[in-house]
Parts: sequence; C-alpha cells; structure tokens
Amino acid sequence: MKQKLIAAPYLVWMAVFIVVPLLMVAYFAFTDGEGRFTLDYIAEVGKYTDIFVRSIWLAAIATVICLVIAYPLAYILTKMEKKRQSTMLMIVMLPMWMNFLLRTYAWMTLLGNNGIINTLLGYVGLGPYKMLNTEGAVVLGMVYNYLPYMILPLYSVMEKIDKSLIEAAADLGCNGARVLAKVIFPLSLPGVTSGITMVFVPAISTFIISRMLGGGGNLLIGDLIEMQFLGNSYNPNLGAGISLVLMVIILLIMTIMNQFDSDDEKVLI
Amino acid sequence: MKNIISLQNIVVDFDGENILQNISLNIRDKEFVTLLGPSGCGKTTTLRIIGGFLEPNSGTVLFDGKKINNLPPYKRNVNTVFQRYALFPHLNVYDNIAFGLKVQKLPEKEIRTRVAEMLELVNLRGFEKRGVNHLSGGQQQRVAIARALVNRPKVLLLDEPLGALDLKLRKEMQIELKRIQQSLEITFVYVTHDQEEALTMSDTVVVMNKGNIQQIGSPVDIYNEPVNAFVADFIGESNVLKGVMLKDCLVEISGRQFECVDKGFAENEAVDVVIRPEDVQLIPAEQAQITGVVDSVTFKGVHYEMLIEAYDFRWMVHSTKAAELGSTVGMTFDPYDIHVMKKMKDETF
Amino acid sequence: MKKLSKIYVSAVLLFLYLPIFVLIIFSFNATKSRSVFSEFTFDWYIRLFQNELIMTSFRNTLIVATIASVCATVLGTAAAIGINRMSKAGKAVVMNITNLPIINPEIVTGVSLMLVFVFFAARMHLEFGFITLLIAHITFNVPYVILNIMPKFRQMNPHLYEAAQDLGCSPVKAFFKVVLPEIMPGIMSGFLMSLTFSLDDFIISYFTSGPTSQTLPITIYSMTRRKVSPEINALSTIIFLIVVIVLIGKNILENRHAKRDKAM
Repeated sequence: MKQKLIAAPYLVWMAVFIVVPLLMVAYFAFTDGEGRFTLDYIAEVGKYTDIFVRSIWLAAIATVICLVIAYPLAYILTKMEKKRQSTMLMIVMLPMWMNFLLRTYAWMTLLGNNGIINTLLGYVGLGPYKMLNTEGAVVLGMVYNYLPYMILPLYSVMEKIDKSLIEAAADLGCNGARVLAKVIFPLSLPGVTSGITMVFVPAISTFIISRMLGGGGNLLIGDLIEMQFLGNSYNPNLGAGISLVLMVIILLIMTIMNQFDSDDEKVLI
Repeated sequence: MKNIISLQNIVVDFDGENILQNISLNIRDKEFVTLLGPSGCGKTTTLRIIGGFLEPNSGTVLFDGKKINNLPPYKRNVNTVFQRYALFPHLNVYDNIAFGLKVQKLPEKEIRTRVAEMLELVNLRGFEKRGVNHLSGGQQQRVAIARALVNRPKVLLLDEPLGALDLKLRKEMQIELKRIQQSLEITFVYVTHDQEEALTMSDTVVVMNKGNIQQIGSPVDIYNEPVNAFVADFIGESNVLKGVMLKDCLVEISGRQFECVDKGFAENEAVDVVIRPEDVQLIPAEQAQITGVVDSVTFKGVHYEMLIEAYDFRWMVHSTKAAELGSTVGMTFDPYDIHVMKKMKDETF
Repeated sequence: MKKLSKIYVSAVLLFLYLPIFVLIIFSFNATKSRSVFSEFTFDWYIRLFQNELIMTSFRNTLIVATIASVCATVLGTAAAIGINRMSKAGKAVVMNITNLPIINPEIVTGVSLMLVFVFFAARMHLEFGFITLLIAHITFNVPYVILNIMPKFRQMNPHLYEAAQDLGCSPVKAFFKVVLPEIMPGIMSGFLMSLTFSLDDFIISYFTSGPTSQTLPITIYSMTRRKVSPEINALSTIIFLIVVIVLIGKNILENRHAKRDKAM
C-alpha cells in the first residue's frame, strides 16, 4: 500500500510541469495582458486561416507520401530473413539518429540555386531551377525527416502478423495480391494509423523545416507560434491562442485516426 | 496428532464478492492435505491466507496454536511452491535455491551443503550453474520445490504445481512429491483442481466449492461416501439423478423402486441419487427395471464408456464388455452402490 | 519480384543517405562551395575544434543531457513502481497525463513550459538558463522512462515478489533483490532514450534555454541561419561517425547476448 507513495514526487512534478503549463496556455489564450477574460486572441487566430490551411495541406501531403514510400518498404523488410531484418532496420533508422537540423541543412546545400542538383543539371544544359524556398522543398524536408517514423510502426505491426494467417489465407484460395488486401492490410491498420499520427503531428507543427527550406514565404503554424514568443511580434496571448487551436486540430485528427483502430491497443514505439 | 494449522471461521471478501464464506479447517502435523475444487472455489485464496499473502476479513489463523493473522509472509515458517514456479529469472539454479538461506545470512559453507542436499533430493545434481530459463518444465518444478524446502519449513504450500506439465511427467512428479513429503516428514498443503491427483497423493482431501468446504475426508471416504451430489460429481464421473426416499432403505429413481442402504431421511423426501458409471451392471433388457438405448460406445483403454439413453436420463456406464450400438439394454445396481444424498441448497454446479 | 524489391529498397536508402554523404564529402572541400569539390582539406575540422561557441555548447549539451536523464530515470522509476500499485482508474488518469508530452507537438510543450518559467521568473529569482533547461529536459524525458518500465511490470511473473517474501525477504528487500533486476532492462532503455532525446533536442530547448545555456542543437541552428558554414559539414560527419559506431557497437553487444542466451 505504501508503495503508491513513491510515485508522489513524480505526481507533483507532473502537476507542476505538465498540467499547469497546459492550463497556462489556455489561460493566456483567453485573457489579455491585464488578466481580463477575452476572446479577442482566439478570434485573431482566424486571421491566419491561410497559414493553418497551408500547414494542414503540406503536412497531409507529406504524410501520404511517407505512407506510400514506407508501406512497401516495411512489407519488403518483413519478408527478409530474420537476421537481415534487424540489420536493414538499423540502416533505415540510422539517419534519424542524426540531429534533424543537420539533416535539413543537408537539403539546403542540395537544393540551393548553386547547389549540387542545379550544378549537375547545369552540366547537361538544364536549369537552374528554383527548388529551395518552395512548398515542394518543405514537403520534401518533412518526408525526409519523418519517413522513419512511418516505417517503424508499420514494420513492427507487420512483423507481428502471424505467418500462419497468411498461409491460412493462401490455403483458402487467396493469391498473393488478395492475401495482401484481405489479410495483411487490415491487420497492419494499427501501424498505419500510428504512423500517420507520428508523421503528421511533428509535420504540422514544425517551424524549422519551413524556415530552412521554405524561406520566408511559406510560413507554417509552427513559425507563427514561434514568432509570438521569440520573434519580432512578441505576443504570448496570441501565441497561446494559436497553440490551443493547434492542439485541438491534432486532438481531432487523432480521434478520427483512433476510429480506424478496432483494437484498443496502441502501437507505442 | 496435533494441529499445525487451524483456520477458524475465515471470511474473505474481495471487491464486494464473497470469496470464502466462513470456512474452518484443521491441518494436522506431517499430513498431506489437498484442497480440491473447480477454479474460483476459493482453494488458492485459502492457501494465500496460510502463506500470509492475504489477510482474512474475519476469522482466526492459528499456526502451532499461535494466532498469526497479521504475520507477514517473511516471518512465517511456511514456504510456497508457486503456480508457474516464480523462479527468479536473473539467478541460476544454485542461487535460486540458496536465496532463502542467503537472506537468513547463513554461513556460506552451510548454504552449500544444504543446497547440495536439496539438489540431491530433487534429482538435479550438476544443474547448479544452469539459468532457470533453460530448464524444462519438470526441472523448473523441481527447483521451485527445492527452493522452498531448503528453508526447512514446517509446512509447504503448493499451488497447482503440476498444472503446466504433461500427463506422464505429472504422474511421475506425483509419486516424487509423495516420496519427498514422507522422507522429510513435513506438512504439505496442496491445491489442485485435478481429482485424480488429489486422490493419489493425499492423506486428507478437502473438497471446496464456491467459497465453502463441501467435505473433508480421506480419499477413500471422499470417493466412496460423497456427502452431496457436487462432491460425487466432482470426484470421478457420476450419474446424478433426482430421486425420492420412500422410506428407510427404499428409494425411487426414474419411477422405479430400488433397495438401498441409506437411512434417516424423511418419508418421501426428494434426494439426489448418485451411481458411479462402473457400478452400473448391464443385463438383458427383459430382466431389468430400467432400460435404455446405447447411444455411444467409446473405447477408453481399460474399459468401454457407453452413454445409454433411458427415458428420462442419459446414463454413463463403464464396462469391460461393449454393448452393441443402438441396441436396447437393461441396467441394474447393487443396493450399496446407490448413494442417496440430501439435496444441495444451491443447485447451480 | 525479388529484384524489384532490391531496387526499391536501394532507392529509399539512397534518398535517406545521399544528403548525409554529400555533407560528409564537402566537409573535406577546401573552398566554401557547396557544389564543386576543389581540393581535399581537414581545415574545417580544425576550425570546428577551435570554435569556442561550438565547444561550449557541446559541453552544455553533455552536462544537461547527463543530469536530466539521470534525474528523469530516478523520478520515472519511482513513479512507475508507484503507478503500478495504483487502482485501475488512478493508473489511467496518471498515464494519460504522462502521455501528453509525447502526443503534444514539441513546440506546444516548449511554449507551455516557457509560459510557466516566465511566470516564475517574474515572481522569483528565476532566470532562463541552466535550471529552466534542465527542468524542461527532465519533464519531456520522464514519460519515456515510465513507458519503458511499465511493460516490464506487466511481463513479470506477479508471484516473484511474493516468492521473495515467502523466502524471508522483507518487502523492501524483496523489491531490491527480485523486482529491480526484473525491471532493470526497462530502466536502462528508459535512461538511454532520455539521454538521446536530451542530446538531440532542439525545439523545447529553444524555448526554455537562456543565452548562457546554449546547447549544441541551438548553436547548430544559429549557424544554419548564416549563409555558408562548412564547419557544420565537419560537425555532421563527426556526429554521423559517432552514431554509426554507437549503433554498430550496440548491435554487436545484442548479438552476443542473444548468442549467449542460445548457448545455455
């Protein structure tokens, strides 16, 4: 019975540094500088609808591309022999261990007007094309940075699928494609949903990728929030309001995703 | 012989559910006692009370005449062989067995000799350095027993210890356990749902159901003189019929009257009548009071098991000779094979 | 089919590794050009180690990551033990809150902590710096420690703890002799996860650090804002090498463990 008490220090910590900060965000969002209740800041968020739409749109595109790239890869991985699987998985995950600022910086050097790609194209008489500071570059950055977050849950779910189920489906007359459609895909859905959230949430809230690869013209929600706290337009109340709206959007999307999960079991990585 | 453990009016409630409803039980020194019953009957709860892992809501637990209700497990002179063994996976065989002795801080030399003795006892000499996860089920079982016995407890508690083993190994271990119990002369309290196991090993069997003790007795008594239909049905297979006690030594089953040896019931009292499958004799239909059609015949090795559909009951009959499937046969039984028992209050088993 | 798979895997790997290899190659380039390789040089590496700012922030990162992950591991282990003993409802509430920093976008976690620190800074003598950074890191690390340990309790045979008591251990002693060794792998992986996240974190640190407590990722960020700094290439190469060595080492160790387990 006394063992419960040993969690007390954490419970205090959790209250002060997880619960209170989030309440603080809500408090700032609904009050003005003098602490009076106001809906002005929440209303002001509406002015940035275009930025919200762009963030959701770009994050959604990046998520879909990640899914399209990762699904076959994860499937191929599970088909390899056990020992190679773990090596391959390590190779796939290795870039993720590098700081993502460095990974994004790498693309800056590749995509720039005097970057390698344009230089190579120049040799064959093409370009230079403007690649850096475009929406495409932002999506590319998102895909590059978050692709492993899609591969990992997909792989770990597919790997757990009982091989005898696949044999049973084949025994019952399914060919390869039908096994994929009727057995593997439905069973891998929990991995798909958790992969989608794991890519979409950081993608929609990033401010680094948009700043480094998108230039000044492709602001995302993350940039907007950052500007209210550390940028030139210091306005924590508005920043809190935007953060609150962002959290609600993410909550909504996760609720929708959870609808697809028949099992309560979450794939936690 | 004196009582080593005495449970008096033990009640246990759990989340508003009545797990043990006022049970009392005396366990004598050096006895092999088995708590037998279906899952959820309270047998494991009873064992946990003796082990000290659970405090009863009311009632008294006596050990050697002293009240030990709140004595924590580590201060009791009782050790347990857990379900699925609960061997410490990070320790090897030797360290698992030596665990209790090391906690007592015995001298290294004594620990070594006592562990060696135990390994000898359970036939695991030479396994000292093995990791416990690399042992077979039977070997893990032996380590668990040695780990408990090395502390020289007065009472060893065993919670379905053979449940995970296959049939052949289970039979071997039953004999082995009995041998160990007799050679060490300590009390074993054994929990199982397997009636055959209970009858094979025990000095005393305690049949439990739904938090109550149904019957306490020697294996022979329990088998031959079950006190109610539950016990009769649980211990071996039985035909349990509704009957009426017409008068002393005369009972009516299926509308026919049979002589029996039971007395002391009220006239025309409704009773349960239990007849063991092996006590039913097959005779030609025209000589019999009860007849039926043979519905199935299964060869069971020593005997045939037949299901015979009579007009109001489906009989199970064991016989060394098979009747022909679909034929009509007659059944009869000797008066002393008819067991008449009081109707149980609660007829939901 | 087999061939197609191979091509596909190679293409994805090329996509993942090409940018990194380009960085590595140009870290040895004598000029500042990012597209034309002129001459081989180690200059950028030398300059990197002479860069006061980078070296200071690297030291800061190590200090914060070490202290934060140790604190988070102690706090989280104690928490996991307690949470494990809670009622179902209490457990659900605590675990849901614990999951919040994992589910929430990092920027929201960073901003929310910043608001709290601003609030305290105004009322107490708290400045943005080492302490705030440390608190932030501990906060986002503890949930991972707890999430790593909780499954170990679930996998553990529930009778182990009782068995130790049955064999004469007091509850505290039983915990240290039997339960702790069982959850140790979870504690270790929680600690390592914390350490990596702390070393790597930029977003939350960005909002909660002060000018005196710049970590390496923050310094990298400010370097990428300047146009061309080939020192970053050199730094990337070094970090990449360290990651490769650590991961290969880890793999070898794991394989050896697996082999030893099989041999028994």
